[in-house]
Amino acid sequence: MSATWASVIIVGAVTIGLKAIGSLALQDRQLPPRLNGMIELLAPVMLSALVVTNTFAGDHKLVLDPRAAGLGAAAISILLRAPLLVTVTVAAVTAALIRAL
Amino acid sequence: MGFWTRYGSGVRKAAPLAVAVGGFGVSFGVLAHDAGMGSVAPVVMSLTTFAGSAQFAVVSVLTAGGGVAAACVAALLLNARYAPIGLSVAGALHRNRLRRLLEAQLVVDESWALSNQGGGRFDRGILLGAGTLLYASWVGGTTIGVLTGNLIGNPNNLGLDAAFPALFFALLVGQIRSRRTVVAALAGAAIALVVTPFTKAGVPLIVACLACVVGWGSRDERGWTPSDTAEDIP
Repeated sequence: MSATWASVIIVGAVTIGLKAIGSLALQDRQLPPRLNGMIELLAPVMLSALVVTNTFAGDHKLVLDPRAAGLGAAAISILLRAPLLVTVTVAAVTAALIRAL
Repeated sequence: MGFWTRYGSGVRKAAPLAVAVGGFGVSFGVLAHDAGMGSVAPVVMSLTTFAGSAQFAVVSVLTAGGGVAAACVAALLLNARYAPIGLSVAGALHRNRLRRLLEAQLVVDESWALSNQGGGRFDRGILLGAGTLLYASWVGGTTIGVLTGNLIGNPNNLGLDAAFPALFFALLVGQIRSRRTVVAALAGAAIALVVTPFTKAGVPLIVACLACVVGWGSRDERGWTPSDTAEDIP
């Protein structure tokens, strides 16, 4: 089997399992209500971690590159209440322009 | 409100995201095709894995000659976050096990964030409506990408890598509901940055979950004790 197909099959199978394991493990049981306060915070935590890792992560180090300028432009765009697609485009164009300079 | 009303609401909420995700899907198809993965395998991967960052990681590791094991480890670490995410939506999904297994596959960062109702609750209709539309645009985008690759060229020259964090940032802003969510988000970002130099990509996302405890322990508007309020009175 080629490396491509091996990767596609393994990653696909394990990802299906990872996505399902939480809800299958719990079945009909509910999480303790005490945990609701923490689960409420999981989305903002995960999204902010995704923002910084996708912007500043290099190969085992933190880096400052055109992605950071893109994020800054996105922040300004969000402050100005621009639609989502404008924000994403502004970030991409900013990073691309800086790279082209 | 009935399930289908919520489902439709999820589809509408996800419409702008679906355009961006479709664009990312095209980029994935182009990069995967250029990396020698052929035309069918990238589409099968989008159909089964449906997780952007992990799929891009596989392409990047295979292109760099890293081998199957390295590609799979990179992708699976990036997707490990779906275990706690899956736990958080468990209460919202259908009670039948097979239905749960299938519905859980429509959970991606974007559909999950849109369906968050606060208080630890997630809306099943919004989750599935948004998830279905995003799935269609991701798979459709990938198909377009593998078929048209050479026309577009390298998507990274168009600033694709800066588009991801911008999308997540816009979603994050929608999640800020209280002082606690701000504290948790800042703590999550700080933890992820501190951990990044010492771990493989994906691990910082898991360690950042500790920020839920930090945020939970922080004072909130509603949670302020009477003595705190008293200090505010001159």
